[in-house]
This record gives sequence, C-alpha cells and structure tokens, in this order.
Amino acid sequence: MTHELTRRDAIAALSAVGASLAGCAAPSADDDGQSADGDQSLSDHDRGTLSAAAEVLYPDDVTAVESFVERYIDGRATDRPEHAAGIADAVEYLDEYCQAWYEADFAALSVDERDEALRRMSADEADSVPDGSDVERLRYYVINDLLLALYASPTGGQLVGIENPPGHPGGLASYQRGPQS
Amino acid sequence: MSDIRTPSDRVDRTPSDRVDRTPSDSADVCVIGAGPAGALIAHRLAAAGHDVVVLEAGPRFDPEDRIEQMDDALRPAHGRPDIWEMGGNRDAFTSSGDRQYPLNHARVKGIGGSTLHWQGMVMRLHERDFGVASREGVGADWPIEYDDLRPYYAAAEDALGVAGASDNPFEPPRETPHPMPAFEPSYSDSIFAEACETLGITTHSVPNARNAEPYDDRSACVGYGTCQPVCPSGAKYDATSHVEKAEDAGARVIDQVPVQRLEHDDSGEAVTAAVYATPDGETHRQEAREFVIAAGGVETPRLLLLSESPQYPDGLANSSGAVGRYFHEHLFAGTGGVIDRETRQHHVGFNTTESHQFYDDPATGTESGVPSADAEADDLGAIKLEFFNYAGPSPVDAALSDGGWGEDLRERVADTYGNHLTVGALVEQTPRRENRVTLDRSTTDDHGNPVPEIHWEIDDRTRRTIERANEIQEAILADLDAEITWQVGPTETGPAAHHMGTTRMGTEPGESVVDDRARTHDLRNCWIAGSSVFPTGGAMNPTLTIAALALRTAEHVERRL
Ligand SMILES: Cc1cc2nc3c(=O)[nH]c(=O)nc-3n(C[C@H](O)[C@H](O)[C@H](O)COP(=O)(O)OP(=O)(O)OC[C@H]3O[C@@H](n4cnc5c(N)ncnc54)[C@H](O)[C@@H]3O)c2cc1C
Ligand code: SF4
Repeated sequence: MTHELTRRDAIAALSAVGASLAGCAAPSADDDGQSADGDQSLSDHDRGTLSAAAEVLYPDDVTAVESFVERYIDGRATDRPEHAAGIADAVEYLDEYCQAWYEADFAALSVDERDEALRRMSADEADSVPDGSDVERLRYYVINDLLLALYASPTGGQLVGIENPPGHPGGLASYQRGPQS
Repeated sequence: MSDIRTPSDRVDRTPSDRVDRTPSDSADVCVIGAGPAGALIAHRLAAAGHDVVVLEAGPRFDPEDRIEQMDDALRPAHGRPDIWEMGGNRDAFTSSGDRQYPLNHARVKGIGGSTLHWQGMVMRLHERDFGVASREGVGADWPIEYDDLRPYYAAAEDALGVAGASDNPFEPPRETPHPMPAFEPSYSDSIFAEACETLGITTHSVPNARNAEPYDDRSACVGYGTCQPVCPSGAKYDATSHVEKAEDAGARVIDQVPVQRLEHDDSGEAVTAAVYATPDGETHRQEAREFVIAAGGVETPRLLLLSESPQYPDGLANSSGAVGRYFHEHLFAGTGGVIDRETRQHHVGFNTTESHQFYDDPATGTESGVPSADAEADDLGAIKLEFFNYAGPSPVDAALSDGGWGEDLRERVADTYGNHLTVGALVEQTPRRENRVTLDRSTTDDHGNPVPEIHWEIDDRTRRTIERANEIQEAILADLDAEITWQVGPTETGPAAHHMGTTRMGTEPGESVVDDRARTHDLRNCWIAGSSVFPTGGAMNPTLTIAALALRTAEHVERRL
C-alpha cells in the first residue's frame, strides 16, 4: 500500500508548525486556494535539497513527497522567517559537507548516498539543537523539521496507526473510535 | 469565520514598548497577578463600576504565536518551561528538603498566569475536604463549609466554561448541570470500563474547562492534542479570557511590572501602595483603597515576606508566623503498561474518565478484586484516579527523539506507539508546618530581591496513600492482562503544579493568615486570592476552587468599596 501525501497533509503539517493557517480554529482540509507563493528567503535550491532529504527521511511507500515538502516549506518561510534562515544555513552546511566528501551537492547524490552522507556526519546520533553545532542544527532545521511535518500530518500519523496525531486539529471523533481493521 | 474567536483573532493591544506603565491616580482596587484568581476578581469589580488596576509580573503573550509555541512544544529540543519563557534570573529559586521542587515547570508568569500552560481539569472539592482535621485528625479544618462555596462553584463553572456531566455518584451535591455537556468517553475508556466493571470500580466523566461546543466566544475543541502546554484553538480556558473581560469593563491591566513590596500606613493596619518595577528600570507606587494579592502559591507568600518593615520584621500579614508555611501539593502516582490490542492514545490531550471512588474512602476495597488497605496502613489521604488518553510516547515525540529515519524509523514508531495504557492518580498531601516557602537571602533575582526557597518533603501518610493508589492501579491493569512497564510510586513521585497552603485561611489569627473571607487578619484592606489560602487541598485539581473563592472574595471586597 502506498501513502500519498496530499494537500490536506501539507495544510495539516503547516498548521502544526504555525504557518499560513495560523490560528484558524479548524482548518478545512479540502479548502482550496492558497498557492503558497512563499517568501523568497528559501531558494529553489534549498527547496530541492529539502525534498531530496525527505526522500531519505520518509518511509519508502510515501508518495508525492516533493509537492508536500514544497508546500510545507513555503508556508514555513512565510510565517517563520527566522526559521527559514535556519533551514537555509543548514542546507548550506549539508552541501559543503557533501562537496567535501562526494564532490557534489546533497541533492545531486543518489538516495543511498544521501543516507550515507547523513550517517557519516553522525546526524543519526546528533541531538536536535536550534543553536547547536552544524550537525545539531541540521538535525533541528532539516531532519526533525521534515519528520515533524510528516508525523504531525494525517497521512504520516496513519503510517504508525494514528489518523489524528498531536499537532493536527483532527476533530473530536477519532479519539472515540476503536481500531479500524 | 463566524463570531467564534480563536486566540489570534483577538484584539491587538498596544505593543509592549509603548504601554503606559505609570500608576493610576485613583484606583479603588489594585490586583497583583493576572492568573485566574486575579483576573476573575478584576473582572467582577470592574464590571461593578470600580476603578481596577492589575499589576502582572510577566508579559502579555501574543495570541498569534500560539501555533508556533505548539510547534516548539512538539519538538523534544524545547523544554516545557521554554514554551512560556519561564526560567532565568527573573524566576530563580532554591529548592531544599529531600525533594527537588521543579518550580518553573509548575507555573507561568504572564497575562493569564499558569492557566496558559495548565491541563484544565476542574472539579469541586468534596464536603469531606473542608473538615479533614475533625474527621481524620490531620491538617486543619477550613473555616467554611462546602455549602458556603457551592453557589460560587456553579458561578465558577459558568465563568470558566466547564464541560461535564452529572454522572459522578461521588460528587458533592450540585444545583445545576455544567454549562456544557461532557466530552464523550474515549476508546481506551471503554477498555478500562470493562476492567473496572469486573473489579467493582465505578468510573465517570471528567469536568473539563475546555469547550465541548463553542462557548463564551471561544472555539470548540478541535483535537490538536497539545492542551498542555498550549492550546492553539482557544478551546481550553485560560485566564486571558477574564483579563480581556476586565479590560472591556474598564480595568487597566499592566504587564511586566513585578510588584517588589507592599507598603503600609503608620498604624500598620492598612496597605497603602504596591511598589512595582517597569521594564525600563523605573519604580512606581500604585496606591489603592483595597489590595488583592493573587500572585500564586509561591510568589504570594514571598511578596508578603519581602514586604517586611520595622513594624512587621517577619513580613506583612505574618503575625501568625504562618506565611509561607504548610506548603503542600498534590502528588502524582501512576502505573503504566502495554496490552495486546490497540489503545488509540494521543488523539486529544485531555482525559474523559476518572474515578472518585477512593477519594472519601481510600482504604475500602471492592468485593471483586481491589483489596482493602491493611489495617495498620489504613490511615490514608484522598485519591483521585485518572484514566489517561495520552499514555505512552506520542508518535511525533517518538519520531523526533529516535535519531533514525526512513522505513526503520516508521517501524520503530509504529511499535512504540499503539498499545499503552496508563492509570494515573492525584494523591492528597498532608500539610506540614516544616514544608514552606521562605526567602533565600543568599541568592537574588533580576531586581535584587531574595529568591523563594522551597522546602518540600513528603510524610509517611502521603507515601502510604501513593502506595495505595499504585495498588489500585495495578489491580486494574492486571485485570486487563497488561504488562506493567513503569510505575511512579512514593520514590519517583512528583508534584502536580498545585501550590497550596502558604497563606492559609482560618478563624484563629494566631494560626492562619487570612480569615474566612480571604482578608488578612492583620491588615484590613489586604486580600489574598489563590490556592495559598487552602488549609488542606484534598486531591482535586485546585483551580475551580480558586475561582469559586475568588468570586466570593470579590463580593466581600466590593462591600468595602
Ligand atoms: C502544567 C500545569 C498543569 C496544570 N493543570 C491543572 C489542572 O488540570 N487543573 C487545575 O485545577 N489546575 C491545574 N494547574 C494549576 C493552575 O494552573 C493553577 O492552580 C492556577 O493557574 C492558579 O491560579 P492563580 O491565579 O492563583 O495563580 P497563577 O495562575 O500562577 O497566576 C499568578 C500570576 O501572578 C503573577 N505574579 C507573581 N508574582 C508577582 C508579583 N510580585 N507582581 C505581579 N505579578 C506577580 C505571575 O506572573 C502570574 O501570572 C496546572 C498548572 C500547571 C503548571
Ligand atoms: S485537544 Fe486540547 S489543544 Fe486541542 S483544541 Fe482541544 S483543548 Fe485545544
């Protein structure tokens, strides 16, 4: 079974991180509009790098990753510019590292190489610290940001058995329901 | 959007650097602290036409930031006190005694006070709680009875907006239903219901200060599941609601102005001014006819102690020596485990089932499975059992703290999340004179004042009660064939963030700080609102009682204006 990340997931994830729909009591998942032009503080390269990272970070059967990440990142950049700056810095570090080891930017590597690069720099052991070392900041602004976006969305939640994960305003029906299968 | 407002829809106030923080000329009432106690009193008195000034130490948080605060709260990188900017020199404290007291996890400074962070469970004390000394020979009796507070409880439930049902057979008598219907039980409640039925434990709904439907211009709960520490929708009550109402009724509410001390007249019978500091380093005096101290159960006694004078060398309103003493809490006792089916946790951040069966009668077992307490260990305090809807790790937390990623991470998170159950409990702590808030003169805060020192220990009766709670919890989980994976007992226990007893209420001026109206015995225009006036605290979360007492005190203050 594949799990397609939808516009609804991006909106849900955005609402969990304070972007775009901030404050709306019950963001309607099917709501249209809002093409998320985004702030220019994140370049196309930054956005492409985050999508490339998400391909490694997200489980294999999650689809439509790129459009999900783009929507998510644009909303982030608009509503939390200082956070976007942190993302851009982390992407820069990631590229520097990959240039040194692989002579290519992170996004240009194969999925396996990206995974290897992250492990080589010990991103899997680093704490997530917004003002920490390069790798700790990468963990905070890129890895945990993307994992938060996924696991606070309905599709990401469903991957692990919860359709209304914390951070997602999924209403009052799901907590009363028993297991679906 | 309709007329339902979320926190960020609310009126933008003046940016904090342009706020006028000079004193008011002719205040009738000066309220110190803008948590629920201060906000409710300020609102009632302002609505009655009186000139009210509220001085609040902490900032006015921008409601626009609530979702960002939730974002931070979901990330393990941010500690709980960070979410509401607690900590640092402003909030420095000393913890002594055999228990570390985590004060800055247990309060918030800001417009709205600790309700910004709170869980929002709101129940009435039981009739028993007002006379524990007479009935059980421990603690002190309240100078008032449940019946004295009963109408104010109803008014408090209306004010906060409580969703509840009348299905609790252990609850004291009530006159009207709650203003909103209770939240429906969760799926995991139905799992516990089976076990409790077998064991002969009666369960019932939980009164929540949280909108089950739109109420008082605030949104219904939409299931963000992050109630503690922050509700982005505004469905969870917090005291910014009554601060706004007070302001709409004409009160002035000034943020970032910690009161440094209170001054009194030559006779020593009346407070004349609250001396406060502003962010730009100025000091002002706010004069008023009546003063209400509503600074929480630690800062209220601290402010009285800081207000020592030649006439009152031991601190203001402290001729009894009881200011700061009898500090007590509710202790957490919990048992958790896993079962072989899904339990559907973490969809919402609040509970929907409790049992008060072991509250008035903690030692008595059931015929079908819960043993009675041993005869030599049956002197126990009250126990309130809670059935969690957020047992075990949340999937977001599990994903972000794991370290890994990809398919492996998904598998681990799916394994970690899924079949946890927790039975928690609040346990009554016996108030003891030695447990106290004093001034630590060796350490000072950002204004050069001695910081509060909290000396906190747990007595044998309270320990026994925690063990008894564990025993009941184990019986429930055993009936479900759960594998018990953790337990919080007398050694691991921690406080529930309820600061009680430090300016206790009583009829004897030699033994208590305030009278039955919550006015200090020593000073005729000085009132105290908050759980510091509780002589004993039962095992119910305190804020509904704080609110009821505040509404009652507001009437007494008004009679003097
Ligand atoms: C994590 C958590 C969960 C909780 N859950 C529940 C629950 O489920 N149910 C429940 O009933 N209770 C709960 N509580 C407790 C509840 O929040 C408090 O009982 C309640 O907020 C107390 O109200 P208050 O107005 O007396 O004090 P507070 O809300 O603490 O407000 C006091 C205010 O006074 C201000 N202040 C302090 N000193 C000064 C000074 N010198 N000058 C000016 N201002 C000053 C402070 O900055 C603060 O804003 C919880 C608390 C926490 C922290
Ligand atoms: S679950 Fe909690 S945080 Fe979410 S809307 Fe309801 S009250 Fe607010």
